[in-house]
Amino acid sequence: MTVISYRQALHDALREEMQRDADVLLIGEEIGRFEGSYKITAGMLEEFGPRRVRDTPIAEEGFTGAAIGAAMVGLRPVVEIMTINFSLLAIDQIVNHAAKIYGMFGGQARVPLVIRTPGGGGQQLGATHSQNIELYYAFVPGMKVVAPSTPADAKALMLAAIRDDDPVLVLENLALYNTTGEVPDVVEPAEIGRAAVVRTGSDITVIGYSRMAVIAREAAEVLAREGIDVEVIDLRSLRPLDRVTIVTSVKKTSCAVVLEDDWLTYGIGAEIAATISDGAFDWLDAPVRRVAMAEVPMPYAKSLEMAALPSLADAIGAIRATLDARARRA
Amino acid sequence: MSARPKTPRPPKSAAPCKDEDIALAFYRQMVLIRRFEERAARGYAEAKIGGYCHLNLGEEATVVGLMAALQPDDYVYASYRDHGYALARGISPERVMAELYGRTDGVSKGWGGSMHLFDVDARLMGGYGIVGGQVPLATGAALAVAHRGGAEAVLCQMGDGTTNIGAFHESLNLASLWDLPIVFVVSNNGLGMGTTVEGSSAEPDLFKRASAYRMASERVDGNDPVAVHAAALRALTHARSGKPFLLETVTERLKGHSVVDPAGYRTREQKAQLLAGDALSAYAARLTERAILTDDATREIDEAAMAAVDASVRFADASAHPATSTLFDYTYATAVPNDSRRLPGQPLFPAAARPGETMSEKAPA
Ligand SMILES: Cc1ncc(C[n+]2csc(CCOP(=O)(O)OP(=O)(O)O)c2C)c(N)n1
Ligand SMILES: [Mg+2]
Repeated sequence: MTVISYRQALHDALREEMQRDADVLLIGEEIGRFEGSYKITAGMLEEFGPRRVRDTPIAEEGFTGAAIGAAMVGLRPVVEIMTINFSLLAIDQIVNHAAKIYGMFGGQARVPLVIRTPGGGGQQLGATHSQNIELYYAFVPGMKVVAPSTPADAKALMLAAIRDDDPVLVLENLALYNTTGEVPDVVEPAEIGRAAVVRTGSDITVIGYSRMAVIAREAAEVLAREGIDVEVIDLRSLRPLDRVTIVTSVKKTSCAVVLEDDWLTYGIGAEIAATISDGAFDWLDAPVRRVAMAEVPMPYAKSLEMAALPSLADAIGAIRATLDARARRA
Repeated sequence: MSARPKTPRPPKSAAPCKDEDIALAFYRQMVLIRRFEERAARGYAEAKIGGYCHLNLGEEATVVGLMAALQPDDYVYASYRDHGYALARGISPERVMAELYGRTDGVSKGWGGSMHLFDVDARLMGGYGIVGGQVPLATGAALAVAHRGGAEAVLCQMGDGTTNIGAFHESLNLASLWDLPIVFVVSNNGLGMGTTVEGSSAEPDLFKRASAYRMASERVDGNDPVAVHAAALRALTHARSGKPFLLETVTERLKGHSVVDPAGYRTREQKAQLLAGDALSAYAARLTERAILTDDATREIDEAAMAAVDASVRFADASAHPATSTLFDYTYATAVPNDSRRLPGQPLFPAAARPGETMSEKAPA
C-alpha cells in the first residue's frame, strides 16, 4: 500500500496501460507539451513520444470522432476532454456514434474508447465551466460511465475502462485531484457496473458517487460520533447501475438519502429513488431524500457558489431529517 | 479484422485488362445499381422497406468509379446514401436488400437499415445517418492506419451539403496536420435536400475548401466513371504517400432526396432535362459509339441486373425478421454486470414480498 493522490492514481493507470499495450494512445488538447490542464498526463509526451501522445487542435468533435474511428479499427484511444463542459461540443460523436456503432451495425465493430473528463464545481469558474452533466452520457445505452471517488478506485476503474471493448466515460473530479488515499501496489482492473458498500451500517443508507461519495463517508463519520450507524454506498458506475446493491442495503436500513453534485430534477438521484421505490417500497420507513446542486446556472460569486453546491452540512441535515421522519412514523 | 469482399470487384487498371473490359465492367455495375435502386423504391412503396431510403440514382458513375479505385484492404466510410457503394464494393445485392427489408441476413443484421450498411469483410465501415458523422470517424481510421504504418487508405464519402458541417472542417484540419492517408470525397449532386450548393456554401467550388488546410484537391466529372476512377486513383496514391486529398465529383441526383420526396423544388422542365442528360444513358451511348457495347450486350447486361435484383428481393423476403429475444444482444460488445434488459413496462424488480415474507423470485439483472 502506498498513499498517493487521485491525480497520481489516474496518471499511473494511464502510464501502466501505455507501457503494457502499444495500441493505447492519448488524444486531447494540451495533453503533451502542456502536460494536461490538470497535469494527469505529465511526462507522457517525453516517455511515449508525439505519435502516442497526440496534442490536438481545439476541435472536440473532430478529435473525439477521430478517436472513435481509430477504436473501430483496433486502437484503444484514451481521449482527454479538458472538462466535461466541453464534451457538449463532441456529444454527437459520443451519443450518435460511439454509443451506437456496435448495435447499429449488428455487432460488427467495437469501440474500445475511453473519454476521461473532470466534472465538479466549487472553483468559481462560473456557469459554463462548473457543470455536472454526466447524466447526459449515463442516460445512453451503449455507453458506460464510471465515477471514482478514491485514488484506488480511480486507478482500478481507469485500468478497467482502457481494457473494456465498449466506450467508457471516466468522470474525474476537479475537487478530488489533490485528495489522497491508499492504493495497493498491484491494482487489478475493477469490474465496471458494480457499486461498493464502503461502510456498513444499520440505521440509514447514504448513496453517492464521485465527490459526493467522499461527502457521504465524511457524514457517516460525523454521525457515528453520535451513535448513528450509516451505511455508505459508492456507486462507482452510473451506467450500468448496480441496483441490487442499493436495494439490498435499503431493505436492511429502511431509509435512504442520495447525494449528488448534479442538478436535482431528472438527476441521477431521481433514478436511485425510483430504484428504491420499485425494489424496496415495503421496507421503506421514510421518503427517499435527495441532496443535489441548486437548480441555477452556477454563479461566479463565492457566496452564491457555496450556496448552490451541496455540502457536508446539507448531507448531514438531510440524513437527520430522514431519521426524524422515520422516528415520527414509528 | 479480415478484409476480403465476398464478391469480386471490377478489375483495377493495374490488372492486365483491356480498357474495353474495364469500361464494360463499369457499365455492368452502373446498371446493377440503377436496377437495384429502382427496385428499392418499389419495395418502399410496397411497405417492405421502411424508414428513410436515399438512392444513388444518377450518381452511379461516381459510385462505381470510386469503388473500383480501392484496394480490398482500404476502408470506406459513407453517408446514408450508401446502397450503391455497398454493391460496388462487392457486397451481394441479397444482403443489401435484406438489410433494407430489416431482416437477419442483412449486412447489419437488420439493425441498421438503408442508412447504416456495414460489412466488416468488405471494409465498408458504415453508412451514417447523421450528416457528417462519418467524417471524423474516417479520419480516425486513417489515424489508426498511420499509427501502425499500414499501407491502406481510407475513402470518406459525403454529400455537398456536408461540407458546411463543423466536423468536416475539424477533420480536414486534423488529417492535414497529421498527414493521414485519407481521401475525402464530396459527391456533389448540387443539392442538400432541396437547398442548392450556391444557397448553402459561400464558396460553391467545394474542392477549393481544401486550400484552407493546405490539402491537395481536384474536381472531376462525376458522371464519367472512367474519369472518376482515374481521379480516385490519383487521390489514393497521394493519400498513401501520407497526404490527404479532397476529391469533388460533380454529378446529379435523378430523383428526390429520398424516395418519399417528390422534388417539388424542381420544375417540370428541370426534371425532363435531368432525365435527358442521364449519365447512365450517356455512358451507354458512348460505349455503343466506340463499339464496346452492342445491342445484344446491352440487353444481356440489363437482364442479368434484373435477375440479380429479383433474386435479392426473393432472398430478402425469405430472410427472417429478427426475434424479439435478440433485442438486448447488441447494447454492449462484452457481457456487462447490471446491464438493464427490460422490455417497456417491466418493473425494475419483480413484485416484492413484504418484509418478513419469503420470496422465491430473484431480481432481474
Ligand atoms: C446533423 C444532421 N442534420 C440534418 C440532417 C437531415 N438531413 C439528412 S440528409 C440532408 C442533406 C444532406 O445533403 P448532402 O450532404 O448534399 O448529401 P446528399 O443527400 O445530397 O447525398 C439533411 C439536411 C441530418 N441527417 N443530420
Ligand atoms: Mg447533395
